[in-house]
Amino acid sequence: MDMTVAKKKLGLKEKYKLLTRDLGWEPTYHNKDEVFPYVKYEGIKVHDWEKWEDPFRLTMDAYWKYQAEKERKFYAIIDAHAQNNGHLNITDARYLSALKIFLQAISPGEYCAGKGFARMGREFPGVGTQVACQMQAIDEIRHAQTQIHALSNYNKFYNGFHAFADARDRMWYCTLPRSFFDDAMSAGPFEFMIAIGFSFEYVLTNLLFVPFMSGAAYNGDMATVTFGFSAQSDEARHMTLGLECIKFMLEQDPDNLPIVQNWIDKWFWRGFRLLGVVGTMMDYMLPKRVMSWREAFEIYGIENGGALFKDLARYGIRPPKGWDDAGKALDHMTHQFMLALYQYQFGTAFHSWIPSEEDMAWLSKKYPTTFDKYYRPRWEHIKKLKEAGTPYANMGLAKLCQTCQIPTVFTEPDDPTTLCHREVEYKGETYHFCSDGCQHIFEKEPEKYIQGWLPLAAIFQAPLNGDLGAWMEWVSLADGKDNGDFAGSEDQRNFEAWRNQATSNQ
Amino acid sequence: MQIDLRTVSIKPQRNTFDHLARRFGDKPASRYQEGSYDIQATENLHYRPTWDPDQQIYDASITKIVMKDWYALKDPRQYYYNTYTVARARQQETAEANFSFVESRGLADMLPAEMKEIALRVLVPLRHAAWGANMNNSFICGYGYAAIFTQACMFHAMDNLGIAQYLSRLGLLLGDTEGLNEGKQAWLESDVWQPLRRYVEDCLVVRDPFELFVAQNVALDGLLYPLVYGRVVDGFLSANGASSIAMLTQFMNDWFGETQKWIDAVLKTVAAESEDNRALLREWAGKWGARAAAALLPIVQQALEGNADEAVGEEMAAFKARLAKLGIEI
Repeated sequence: MDMTVAKKKLGLKEKYKLLTRDLGWEPTYHNKDEVFPYVKYEGIKVHDWEKWEDPFRLTMDAYWKYQAEKERKFYAIIDAHAQNNGHLNITDARYLSALKIFLQAISPGEYCAGKGFARMGREFPGVGTQVACQMQAIDEIRHAQTQIHALSNYNKFYNGFHAFADARDRMWYCTLPRSFFDDAMSAGPFEFMIAIGFSFEYVLTNLLFVPFMSGAAYNGDMATVTFGFSAQSDEARHMTLGLECIKFMLEQDPDNLPIVQNWIDKWFWRGFRLLGVVGTMMDYMLPKRVMSWREAFEIYGIENGGALFKDLARYGIRPPKGWDDAGKALDHMTHQFMLALYQYQFGTAFHSWIPSEEDMAWLSKKYPTTFDKYYRPRWEHIKKLKEAGTPYANMGLAKLCQTCQIPTVFTEPDDPTTLCHREVEYKGETYHFCSDGCQHIFEKEPEKYIQGWLPLAAIFQAPLNGDLGAWMEWVSLADGKDNGDFAGSEDQRNFEAWRNQATSNQ
Repeated sequence: MQIDLRTVSIKPQRNTFDHLARRFGDKPASRYQEGSYDIQATENLHYRPTWDPDQQIYDASITKIVMKDWYALKDPRQYYYNTYTVARARQQETAEANFSFVESRGLADMLPAEMKEIALRVLVPLRHAAWGANMNNSFICGYGYAAIFTQACMFHAMDNLGIAQYLSRLGLLLGDTEGLNEGKQAWLESDVWQPLRRYVEDCLVVRDPFELFVAQNVALDGLLYPLVYGRVVDGFLSANGASSIAMLTQFMNDWFGETQKWIDAVLKTVAAESEDNRALLREWAGKWGARAAAALLPIVQQALEGNADEAVGEEMAAFKARLAKLGIEI
């Protein structure tokens, strides 16, 4: 009988290599440019895809096993949440506005990211990179679905959730995240990785997930906490992928540096504007607050981001161009955003409200140099108008920034009493911007940004022709239910009645 | 915060989201429906792709197939992320148990040498074909239209990767790293494998997502799985004292049976939509099916030798019969 030859013991890294990148081969029946047609036009030079370091080593059997465990737990919790009327555990119904914005604005972006990563999983000519992107693709499908499922029960009882799919395509404020994700999807594969993999996942995701999920926990929302924490280990993988990708580009060729720097500048500013919504939710929409937007940005943006850019300095990367302007905006942005949302509340599928005395005391404590000076007086004025029976509403339509698509409601970085407004003439048309950051982004790729779909211009075009009622129907906004002031809303009345019913013996 | 809530019964204000009520009426929706329908952006897309300005970011016209509503392509398995991963987690438990059964009992060493050699020659290079399938399904997910269809393609892509990894483990178990190296050499250079490699590489330059679906998932896999895992592994190898190989490929057999239900449902719906679609499916399935059969013949000949022609012929007939039932005569 033959002696059995002892098998070589393979290390984990070596084994993973055999189970992933050894699967690939150099095509010979077609040239590589035909098989991977999009990988060169952005100008990024890659000499050796083998140098890609796998950011994590997960084979499919382990992936299925771990993910299924998380899935079982997640659905057990949200089932219990729905059965036990868990929605009555939230602090109060004002909190729901944050969830409505999340479902309309963020969840569709998760799905879109999944589709984008599926493309990257095909377009990059390196198996290691492809597999990492594919895992993120399927994870992002997971995130979109767990979010919809967690919030589905709220939709059964409260207004503003029911038309999230229509809002995604038509609602004016949803074009802020939509244009962000459409911008990434229409970019080449390397820029997509900087936009989503690096800027969104690495630099900004902590700001989205940590404060938002802690906010949910503080406000008694177990469903949201659960999808947030269930997604966290996925996010950790996504962050390491984003970071590996940027390092890989920078290490492959020095000519990549200016291209990557330009994308970092662009996507930092795009991301900062997008996160303004999250900041506003944190400062104004959580009945019980964890920390202010300013504090969150100091920890997750300035400290962590600062450390990251220090780390990248050895490649020649400097902090993003808009970094200083972002710092100057910190004490103002959320207040300006909330005032804007309040004045256009007839056209939002969530409620806004005048902050209470207690809220304002908190805001002045958290924003000692700006709130009392610039923003309290405006809220006081709005309050007076409301008490006099002439509530303040801006029925005019705002000028939108051609890049980020937010109404131009922000002020000059160095003068909080002057609205910031920039204009660029391009091919005989005038385009408007909310900031230098957004103007610069436009100027680098004007042919792209002139295509942006501006939702407010659409209101005046056929078939709506400026008819507000027709517009509401078109965006599936139920007037008097989804929109307007929280005070006196159906959500407020129902929540109070149901909670009383559940906590009393009547 | 903890408030003691009495169990109360509250009447819901509505049953489901608007877009689902429009499709299915005003009634509670399933999680499959909530997670799958209309979650891809459809209107007011902002920018043309810089990688191909002739396309939209999401563009139903990349393929020649025309559907009034791509969301008609529902998955009879009703797989969304949760049901998919939970099903695969169970299957991987079985696969793991099978692998450790074979490993712990030293069954690989007890295989007749000739059978082991055949198993290595037939199965190991297929890990590269499975990687090709993975890239193709990732492509279909990336460029296909409507979440209900494309999410299933992403699940399929991950399955293809899982299969490539199970085949690699099988190769390591039977032939160590040399087994994998020899398999790769054969894939790259041996005449036996060139028709299949050429097929896979030709698929990698097809940019019509639905034609690719037909070439990869319908034609190639539709013939490869029954021929290799059915005829060669479960039939030939098992009959010749190498039935433990079949334990290592149980995942592939089960997977083929399960995924075929989805693929057939998709084909049936697309064919029933219009005569133009049906004609395209006939053309594609005919063209790619004939090529796949020819490419697979030398591969199964390594095991079945003189019986290979007949086996391929029979599986081709079964493939035609399967498609005919779906309204696609080739």
